[in-house]
Amino acid sequence: MLLNQFLLLAAALFCIGVYGVLVRRSAMLVLMSIELILNAVNINLVAFGALTDDVGGSVFALFTIAVAAAEVGIGLAIVLLMYRNRRSIDLAQVDLLKG
Amino acid sequence: MLAQLAQQTESFVRPAIDWHAVAPELTLLAVGALVTLLDIVFLERGRRFTSAVAAVGLLITMVPIVTLALDGNDRSLFSGAFVVDNYALVMKALFVLSAYVVVLLSANYVAEGDYWENEYYGLVLSSVLGMVLMASARDLITVFVALELLSIPAYMLASWRKRDLKSNEAGIKYYLMGVFASAILLYGMSLLYGSAGSTLLTDINSAVGASGAPSAVVVLGIVFVVVGFGFKVSAVPFHTWAPDTYEGAPTPVTAFLSVASKAAGFVALMNLLFVGFVERGDIYEPLLWVLAALSMTVGNLIALRQTNIVRMLAYSGVAQAGYMLAPLAVASSVPDTALSATVTYLVIYAAMNLGAFVVVMAVARKTRSAEISSFNGLFSYAPGLAVAMSLFLFALAGIPPFGGWFAKFRVMEAVIEAETTSGLVLGVVVAVNSVIALYYYARIGLGMWANDAPDGDLTPVRLPFSLASALILTGGVTLVFGVLPQLVGDLTQVSLLSGIGG
Repeated sequence: MLLNQFLLLAAALFCIGVYGVLVRRSAMLVLMSIELILNAVNINLVAFGALTDDVGGSVFALFTIAVAAAEVGIGLAIVLLMYRNRRSIDLAQVDLLKG
Repeated sequence: MLAQLAQQTESFVRPAIDWHAVAPELTLLAVGALVTLLDIVFLERGRRFTSAVAAVGLLITMVPIVTLALDGNDRSLFSGAFVVDNYALVMKALFVLSAYVVVLLSANYVAEGDYWENEYYGLVLSSVLGMVLMASARDLITVFVALELLSIPAYMLASWRKRDLKSNEAGIKYYLMGVFASAILLYGMSLLYGSAGSTLLTDINSAVGASGAPSAVVVLGIVFVVVGFGFKVSAVPFHTWAPDTYEGAPTPVTAFLSVASKAAGFVALMNLLFVGFVERGDIYEPLLWVLAALSMTVGNLIALRQTNIVRMLAYSGVAQAGYMLAPLAVASSVPDTALSATVTYLVIYAAMNLGAFVVVMAVARKTRSAEISSFNGLFSYAPGLAVAMSLFLFALAGIPPFGGWFAKFRVMEAVIEAETTSGLVLGVVVAVNSVIALYYYARIGLGMWANDAPDGDLTPVRLPFSLASALILTGGVTLVFGVLPQLVGDLTQVSLLSGIGG
């Protein structure tokens, strides 16, 4: 099986995601970058599972998808809260606490 | 493969469940559901009793934990994905009791801030459920689900004050860093799964193995897992969220995050490390060594120049996380000593750090401030609180006879017993840092005893019953563990390595 191609695709998605989290200033784009990392994980899990003919990988991927949905639900709520109070979701302006 | 799965479901037989072993989780689930239900049925009128229901529910959860401990048999469910052993029980008891103290702290605080209170306890309970589950998790999926179950409610708790910009900021920073850390951790887990072909940690241990050079997949997997947990336990350089979140979140939530949530991160790390890849010290030891040394040094140095006591406790927490990581950095040569040292530290740290937060909250009820200068002259108007705070500060600094010294002693014992140069150097770093830390702990103590109260205001602090009982509980435990260290020594003579499989 062509495992390497899947792993390389996942690694590329992971790197794009990490880059996005570190560089983007909009909270929404950071959330989307995190989703990219989680999808890289899913590709890895399913590819490894198919390689070893083990359902554990697919099951783990299903759990990841479900938990990621819950996580994003909370994340959007917190971003919305921030937007209501500040009229902006620019993370660079979130600097009341420092030191 | 899915067709194959569908065929299997026809002959599906439910695995045997040992109900006694899962009783603590089920009790917590029932209490959490009950609190939520009370909220739905009684709305505002439910306020008066939800905190009591949550507190009693947590105490009831202690019952199955104690009966399991008395029973003494290691139990293993779901082909080893869920294990109840001494280590798991000690950590479960730690989580439930610290949550109990947090509920005592919240009882007045949340109500007086006029926040919708009932969901608050529901969220605390579900977060505790995740932690209790984590203590038994010996499988990648279980670890991941437990980690998210404990983190997701914590994100909401951190941003609990909806209209307060600082609380928003605490929530968003905690959320983004937490989710990012989970994603990195998950990527590491997917690589570990790939190298073993199974999600069970014991299978990963036999696949990752000791002999020969590790493959790149294994190295990356372990590194990502350790880095992911580095975020969760706020180890330098992944600590940046901690001080901001601790300062912005409501103080009881801060106490919860800095004690229970941090301990849960350590428990997850220890499960993976000791059950999953303990023999791969060549990969994780240098990494943990650097994390431990940096956390201690940077945490203590930044704590020196803080003026806000919650921020100071946050940085002191970063430094304490460094002490707890130190034994793990020699885990492959002395696994049992290292595990028991970190567990001992977690137990004692929980008591003394929660205690410090109780006093901070009690004083803030009068001064409405979290500045270190607001503690000046505390002894002149609240001698009891001043004595208690000194106890907790000296315990955190590690001065006998208060709890903390024994925790530090065990850490030193572990790093020296390893008999490696890096272990000895780490021991020196721990010793030097304990001296640095003494300075900022003692500075608060000196202010309380020697300085005058701000504005000469000597009205005494009114201490509600719940805060007083939390203070007695944490103070008593800190003192007892310091005077009779053998107690906690017996409690934490645990071995994860012998308790696995089944």
